[in-house]
Amino acid sequence: MSILIDRNTRVMTQGITGKTGQFHTRMSREYANGRNCYVAGVNPKKAGEDFDGIPIFANAQEAKAKTGANVSVIYVPPPFAAAAIDEAVDAELDLVICITEGIPVRDMIRTKDRMRGRKTLLIGPNCPGLITPEEIKIGIMPGHIHKKGPIGVVSRSGTLTYEAVGQLMELGLGQSSCVGIGGDPVNGLKHIDVMKLFNDDPATEAVIMVGEIGGSDEEDCARWIKANMKKPVIGFIAGLTAPAGKRMGHAGAIISGGKGTAQEKLSVMEECGIKVTRNPGEMGKTLKSVLK
Amino acid sequence: MKIHEYQGKELFRKFGVVTPRGTPCFSVDEAVEAAKGLGGKVWVVKAQIHAGGRGKGGGVKVAKSLDEVRARAGEILGMQLVTHQTGPHGQKVRRLLVEEGADIKQELYVGMVVDRGTQRVALMASSEGGMDIEEVAAKTPEKIHKVFVDPKTGLTDAQADEMAAKIGIAAALVPQARSLLKSLYKCFDETDASLAEINPLITTGEGKVIALDAKLNFDDNALFRHPDIVAMRDLDEEDPAEVEASKYDLNYIQLEGNIGCLVNGAGLAMATMDIIKVYGGAPANFLDVGGGATAEKVTEAFKIMLKNPGLKAILVNIFGGIMKCDVIAAACVEAARQVSLSVPLVCRLEGTNVELGKKILADSGLPIISANNMSDAAQKVVAAAAGKK
Repeated sequence: MSILIDRNTRVMTQGITGKTGQFHTRMSREYANGRNCYVAGVNPKKAGEDFDGIPIFANAQEAKAKTGANVSVIYVPPPFAAAAIDEAVDAELDLVICITEGIPVRDMIRTKDRMRGRKTLLIGPNCPGLITPEEIKIGIMPGHIHKKGPIGVVSRSGTLTYEAVGQLMELGLGQSSCVGIGGDPVNGLKHIDVMKLFNDDPATEAVIMVGEIGGSDEEDCARWIKANMKKPVIGFIAGLTAPAGKRMGHAGAIISGGKGTAQEKLSVMEECGIKVTRNPGEMGKTLKSVLK
Repeated sequence: MKIHEYQGKELFRKFGVVTPRGTPCFSVDEAVEAAKGLGGKVWVVKAQIHAGGRGKGGGVKVAKSLDEVRARAGEILGMQLVTHQTGPHGQKVRRLLVEEGADIKQELYVGMVVDRGTQRVALMASSEGGMDIEEVAAKTPEKIHKVFVDPKTGLTDAQADEMAAKIGIAAALVPQARSLLKSLYKCFDETDASLAEINPLITTGEGKVIALDAKLNFDDNALFRHPDIVAMRDLDEEDPAEVEASKYDLNYIQLEGNIGCLVNGAGLAMATMDIIKVYGGAPANFLDVGGGATAEKVTEAFKIMLKNPGLKAILVNIFGGIMKCDVIAAACVEAARQVSLSVPLVCRLEGTNVELGKKILADSGLPIISANNMSDAAQKVVAAAAGKK
């Protein structure tokens, strides 16, 4: 088992003909069951053509109807990416993963508002995507650093997620699924949403939660964990040394009004029974220490 | 992106947010002329820098004659203004705003931000204007009122009226406040702002509701559709190293320490700063080279870091996914040769093509210290910065 995606997931790529879309569709297709998983592409100007044998359709609705794709991954450039999410939501897909970095927050506010009451889940934007090792990868993470196993990983950052996975692998620990939820302030699934899925997933025995400065999503998740989580969770928050008022790369990673500091997040997590480390070199070791 | 108060007020007026009359000035003579042009008997001379807390730092002065305008403008223009937001060195004042004086009856606070929790724009307001709003929030949070705006309707009349009443605006002035708050939301929304603050919003003896201050920040990701706002950028207000870095699409922030960091990915870059601290060092910068670092980008990144006279060592921490370790290793070697590297360089590479990358570093003949993981890298760079082998 896994969360959100597995070998039976059928994926369409929105923005399949752009440089990034092409590259990552190829890489994802070469990973595990990818050849069967990637079934459609979307580009209104190139409908009827194909990319490496993957048929291209005019829109998400048509791609779903013709191929049965239930999940979409988006590599559309920032000015048009929110509209691409809207299109996937209107096509009633199960899940949309938006990799695109740099979408205006105002566009995302409108897109999130349109999504209220709809069935489609969103991961991202500005995220690496997600992977269920040895089954399917949807996104830009390096597939070969992963292997199947009992650890769930959820993180706001890309390369820091790879770092956590790398440390697990050094200790011989594989992963059930790894989800990069992205660093934007207005986005889809939050830590808490992914944590609920890991809690219900029989294949997941423990979870690494990686957060960063800004907002209060990690605190919200920690409080939910205290009340509901049946499995051990360990955590790390990036940005203990980050100064207030400076945006640390991600649009959401800023300490503003004295809120959203790493120290505050770590304290709440500890109060909620989560074992945290302040040393990003010890995420793997910390996880191993809580395994039964 | 940030802009000056006078630029914020220009935008405010465009959207119907009432402000005092005023004129931006670049010299003392211009300030006196501006005061003459405005007329009246009382003027306010305001330093224009991007940081807040200008009043407390001595950058906002009242003048009751043209001679006083000349004197105050002379004092403020060119001063090194230190506020709680500028850091200890302060910021040089190069522009002034001369405004007509106002008969202040009430000082209130109004702010707008994107609220992550509700994923909507939040309007915040308080009766406690004119002071440090962060202090109000910490000490008396019940005095800060919030309402969230539905993007389909915008700020409604009912929401605006309720907010005006909550912060103590008299019933007779509520229609003015309603118009101002709705205009502010329109301005925030249509300019892709990330922060709007009016501190203080005032009511006057003559029964007017006026934005006495204007602070606007914008979403960098949306600047592509606002060339008029991009034109307001004032590079004098930004860190020169950060401006230089942005030309090469590098995400760079100058810090106080002595260990330079070059990392791919914002989260890993922050974690790298953190682990340097764990082992007793201090990071000199935050630097995310992004996913597509070329030899040119890495070379520029090295040049920018090496401009820092206090730099004692550099740590390169790359977890290659899309970015291949051999490419980054070759880029580091080329950069180190080009800039004739004067400080120890510790490289930690992991991920795609890592063995190839390590070999390139080893074969380069350069004194690059190779590290096996993050902890190892941090310990080695801290030792190197302290002058130990």
